[in-house]
Amino acid sequence: MAIALVDGIVVEFDEREKLNGIQLARRAGIEIPHYCWHPGLSVVASCRMCLVEVGKHEPTTGDIFFFPRLMPACNIPASDGIVLVTQSAKVQQARAMVQEDLLLRHPVDCPICDKAGECYLQDYYFKYGHKQRRTPWHPFTSRRKDIGEKITLFVDRCIMCSRCVRFTREISGSGELMIVDRGNEQVIDIFPGFPLNNKLSGNVVDLCPVGALGDKEFLYKQRVWYLRSHGSICIECATGCALWVDENQDRIWRIRPRENPFVNKWWICNDGRYAYPYIHSPQRLTTAARRSPDGWRPLNAKTLLQELSAFLQEKERWVAVLSPFLTVEEAYLLARVIRQADPRAPLVLGYVPRTGRDETFPGGFTIAAEKCPNRRGVEEVIGYFARDVRPIDELPQVIHRHGAEALWITGGCRHGWEPIPWLEEIRELKLPVVLQDIFPSPLSESSEFIIPGATFAEKPGSYVNRHHRLQMVRAAIRPPKGVLPEGKLLWQLEGREGPYDPAAVLQELAEDIVYFRAALGPIPETGVDLRVNLLANSATDASNGPAAESMTIDS
Amino acid sequence: MSHAGTKKIRWVNETPLSPIERTYIPLVLQGLTTTVRHLVSKKITLQFPEERYEPADPIIYRGVHRLNRDAQGRVKCVACFLCATACPARCIDIVAGESPWPDREKYPVHFTIDMLRCIFCGMCEEACPVNAIELTSLYDLCGKSREEMVFDKNKLLLIYDWTKDDEPPLMQIFEQEAIREEPPEETQSWAAPEHPPFDHVAEKAAEMYRRDSAG
Ligand code: SF4
Ligand code: SF4
Ligand code: SF4
Ligand code: FES
Repeated sequence: MAIALVDGIVVEFDEREKLNGIQLARRAGIEIPHYCWHPGLSVVASCRMCLVEVGKHEPTTGDIFFFPRLMPACNIPASDGIVLVTQSAKVQQARAMVQEDLLLRHPVDCPICDKAGECYLQDYYFKYGHKQRRTPWHPFTSRRKDIGEKITLFVDRCIMCSRCVRFTREISGSGELMIVDRGNEQVIDIFPGFPLNNKLSGNVVDLCPVGALGDKEFLYKQRVWYLRSHGSICIECATGCALWVDENQDRIWRIRPRENPFVNKWWICNDGRYAYPYIHSPQRLTTAARRSPDGWRPLNAKTLLQELSAFLQEKERWVAVLSPFLTVEEAYLLARVIRQADPRAPLVLGYVPRTGRDETFPGGFTIAAEKCPNRRGVEEVIGYFARDVRPIDELPQVIHRHGAEALWITGGCRHGWEPIPWLEEIRELKLPVVLQDIFPSPLSESSEFIIPGATFAEKPGSYVNRHHRLQMVRAAIRPPKGVLPEGKLLWQLEGREGPYDPAAVLQELAEDIVYFRAALGPIPETGVDLRVNLLANSATDASNGPAAESMTIDS
Repeated sequence: MSHAGTKKIRWVNETPLSPIERTYIPLVLQGLTTTVRHLVSKKITLQFPEERYEPADPIIYRGVHRLNRDAQGRVKCVACFLCATACPARCIDIVAGESPWPDREKYPVHFTIDMLRCIFCGMCEEACPVNAIELTSLYDLCGKSREEMVFDKNKLLLIYDWTKDDEPPLMQIFEQEAIREEPPEETQSWAAPEHPPFDHVAEKAAEMYRRDSAG
């Protein structure tokens, strides 16, 4: 263990962690202001906001030797005996001078800037800037340039931290952005004809410390202080990136990445970022209904529950389709409800959308080809109940073999169902279908019950990503009127008391199913790795090595 | 009880009324004089609406709002939502959008104030960074329905057109005062810069350079 002294606070750290001065100070609970340093990017030490006094403790003499000049904390490796002074008059003066310099040529058009409220330049100015501006104040409108399909650049607001440039070079690997001109005239730009259109481009908006890079989808829609952020995860692919869902009065305005070192680091892709408008689509199913001789008969929550439980008892042979868009808890509850009605009911894995192949970017970020959040989790739940996971293509055979009288199908994919080869067969068999889905489809038109489902932002629960990491999310917004979140309905169908509590269900299934054992107890924000158990299991059964491994390999 | 506070309490007995006082006639007379004095003195009640109250200083009176126009007659508001944020009654509703004009970025597509919820505190006026929203001296607003009392952008601009001659925008007054005091070197507005923004910095640098090389 190495020891450092930050403003008189002793910090213990491991030199192998490769911390820099900013991270070291954070350990002591001290925030060193910084612009150009970002934990996910290389260090350039160009903004000079993080200047601190750096000294070295000489163990032989016990003296502390200080460097004569201030040093950028972002570029100082934390080594044993290092001493940082972050609050001295010298440091404060340096910070105020950096702030003053940045604001010399800044438009100060905060009233119309979308970043206002979460802007580092604003915050640092109030914290570290001069109390009084010494140069004349001359606000103006920033020049603006379209640099991509989703991104617009407010040229004059830029403080030249070069985070965005480094991002496109190091993380997305596409290198569209560059700095042109020198000194005062320096601006961020693209090469003519090569716009910033890569699949990770949205991230530059989040990492820009000021409002220079704007998101066209969000531009001028809301002020950030109206938004409330809710931790969630992305369901657009099997990677399961951690998200912030920013919402104002049950309307989502923006999706941002949430840091999770085990999944997505600091980034998300544009597919996940811009997918949310479907949640507010007027096309969504919002009334529960049952087929009757003269069309659809709408049901309210209470009548639906009564009729459904009657229907569950009425039919003896069931087949359930568990969608990979369900949360683990919902899949478990559904399996239990169906197994209660028919103890030998086959469980089929729902539609798993896939497009192309996995896309990995030079920075290591991967967009999975499998476009659903929870195939693994649902498969494991099915595996526990049925020992045999059947894909949805085999649904007709499963129905025939079991002699099913009724079907329970769950959907939840925002693209609806791909052409459904088995739809005709179900129609011919005149099998009554209980359907939980979010959008109308040919399937919903021919089913017996339609139950409007909730999207990921509207229901709590947990998902298992393709690397066996279970992440738990809370609901960010309330579902539209009439929508019955799957878990809530199943909870009531099972006759449980009180409000739907996914955490309790998760504890229950973690006790039941070995695969989920690691999810026992509280789940941290970054999720838990369920492989901990897989490894333990395969270790106890050494001969079973290859089989256990095959479970961890992505198909 | 030895509580320190108890010592401060002094018991007073009601003075008994004298026989004359017990008839209540002196007190009745005393009360009547007040009534009679008001009967004959100068009236202070206004016979509204035949007579109207004129605010002493219409500029600082807090009546119905207006949305000011800029020099080109466009709505001056830049849709920053600061008024809506400051409003304690939450009665301002703005939908912002990209402005259709090349020299401006953002403008309010819709701007409504619910006058029935407004408490006329004037916080919006104080919050506005471009002095686009102001409270006028119009105070007798009425409507036949609740919807009618939700004033939209056009109505608020119309109020500006009505009142701008009698009550010039505060900014204009400030600017005129500034002209009297010193040449208007800096105007604070988010309209497009008519002069290149960094001129003064460059000029200053050039001047310093000249001075340095001369000395
Ligand atoms: S645009 Fe933003 S991120 Fe890029 S250099 Fe400028 S301030 Fe930094
Ligand atoms: S006067 Fe006060 S209550 Fe009325 S709109 Fe302005 S801030 Fe809101
Ligand atoms: S504070 Fe002024 S500029 Fe901002 S939205 Fe309100 S009226 Fe418009
Ligand atoms: S953060 Fe250290 S110099 Fe920019």
